[in-house]
Amino acid sequence: MATGSETASRNDSVRRPGAARVAAEWIADLGALVVDWITELGSISLFTAQTLRWLFTRLPRRETLLPCFYQIGVLSLPVVALTGTFIGMVLVVQTYVQFRMLNLETRLGAVINMSLVRELGPVLAATMLAGRVGSSMAAELGTMRVTEQIDALTSMGANPIHYLVVPRFLACLLLIPALTIMADFMGVAGAFFYAVWLLEIDWHHYLVNSQRFVGNFDVFAGVFKSLFFGTAIALIGCHRGFHCDPGAEGVGRAATTAFVASFVVILLLNLLLGIMLDGIYYTLWPEAPKIL
Amino acid sequence: MVELVGLHIDFDQHQVLRDINLTVARGETLAVIGESGCGKTVLLKTIIGLLRPTRGKVVFDGRNLSDIAEAELPRQRARFGFVFQQAALFDSMTVAQNVAFPLREHTRKGPEELRQVVVDRLAEVGLPESILSKKPAELSGGMRKRVGLARAMVLNPEIILYDEPTTGLDPIMSDVINELILNMRTYHPATAVVVTHDMRTARRVADRIVMLYPLTRLAGDQPQVIYDGPPDAIDCAADPRVTQFVRGEAGERLMEMRALNGAK
Repeated sequence: MATGSETASRNDSVRRPGAARVAAEWIADLGALVVDWITELGSISLFTAQTLRWLFTRLPRRETLLPCFYQIGVLSLPVVALTGTFIGMVLVVQTYVQFRMLNLETRLGAVINMSLVRELGPVLAATMLAGRVGSSMAAELGTMRVTEQIDALTSMGANPIHYLVVPRFLACLLLIPALTIMADFMGVAGAFFYAVWLLEIDWHHYLVNSQRFVGNFDVFAGVFKSLFFGTAIALIGCHRGFHCDPGAEGVGRAATTAFVASFVVILLLNLLLGIMLDGIYYTLWPEAPKIL
Repeated sequence: MVELVGLHIDFDQHQVLRDINLTVARGETLAVIGESGCGKTVLLKTIIGLLRPTRGKVVFDGRNLSDIAEAELPRQRARFGFVFQQAALFDSMTVAQNVAFPLREHTRKGPEELRQVVVDRLAEVGLPESILSKKPAELSGGMRKRVGLARAMVLNPEIILYDEPTTGLDPIMSDVINELILNMRTYHPATAVVVTHDMRTARRVADRIVMLYPLTRLAGDQPQVIYDGPPDAIDCAADPRVTQFVRGEAGERLMEMRALNGAK
């Protein structure tokens, strides 16, 4: 049985810190987190500035650019086309019943194609590419950092930003919009196929309504957004790879954080650019046609 | 040729190098020895400018490395050759592309000429033409090291930095690398700094040996360089820490480490 003094000393050892101390620690943790965010933001801003500086100073060689364009553009085609097609078809499945009840099924083309070219095409293509391209860039460059290959580049008088980041940045900037157009096209085609062939909606009215409500500006808006998504995917993926922690765990974490950070930035950019582009649209065309 | 003046390197709160003053004369081969974690590799990376000193300076050929404009740095770095511990060959390139990389960056040689130089350099390190189209992943550790050596030599650098050139190799291959380092001195005279903890390498290739001691084991402001002299004299050095390292005797280290970790 424990004596009184033993019990007292045990109570001392498990005494909980006071509320003021807990609050102070909580504030200190929050402060450290904010400092980390600001440091990270500063680091990625400097990284972006260096990338842009090298982009305008000297373009990389053709033999450096082409493999990146092939990896990022050509090899992403199947997955992006597949995503676009299925999103187009599933949109028809989800909306058909509601529109049918209102006898407005021929207006499906307008709603679906508008959603595709303005939002779902660019955002879902970018999300797929953040996973396929962004995390693979982070893992590849992270492995190069861990195995001293980036140091080797520097020691041989080559600039790693110019040699490794600029080609990937250019490939994402130019090809992610192209892949978005592909996703849009496949989505429109998939939706048309499902609506006209399987649900037997009148194709003439489906097309006329699509043409009436979806204008060039809508297609432009989606592609314009994808330029920013491509930039974000490239910069975040490369930055994470360049600042990778040592070891296999570090490389894994770089790949994961590259995807998560790109995804969050894509969602944020999508909202901000959506608001901005809508503002421009209704300023330019205040009498735009309404679906209903 | 290279002078380190009052060099301090800190990583966050952790100090790795403290007040290092060292001069490497032109044509000299200096071996930097010391146990793992004493800052040898950090020293080497600071010499080539991969790491910036927290305090102090690196003077290369009479110029402070920190004062060299960024635009001029690539040209200055082409005067260095760096042999990395794990060779650091580019995975995505073939052996030929790896060895030709510095030439592509700094010269205007055509494809035929490039190929010839690469073949010659690989022959110097005892590698056949048949490996030209292989990827680094297909090579053994010793072959990778030799390709790394050929790549570091391809521009005939004025100063060559070797980071643990024999680590992870079998005794025969280690000796092959030592022999190659000596051959390089004969055919391509250059200043060299060899970082190693292999005493055999240090004795065979160096004109002078410097021993660094880990700061974590030094009390107060004791100097970090505990030996600076010729290889022949290192066996009878006055400092017992030097002779203990040279002979590879653990002494009281295990007890010391256990005491540090609080183990019983």
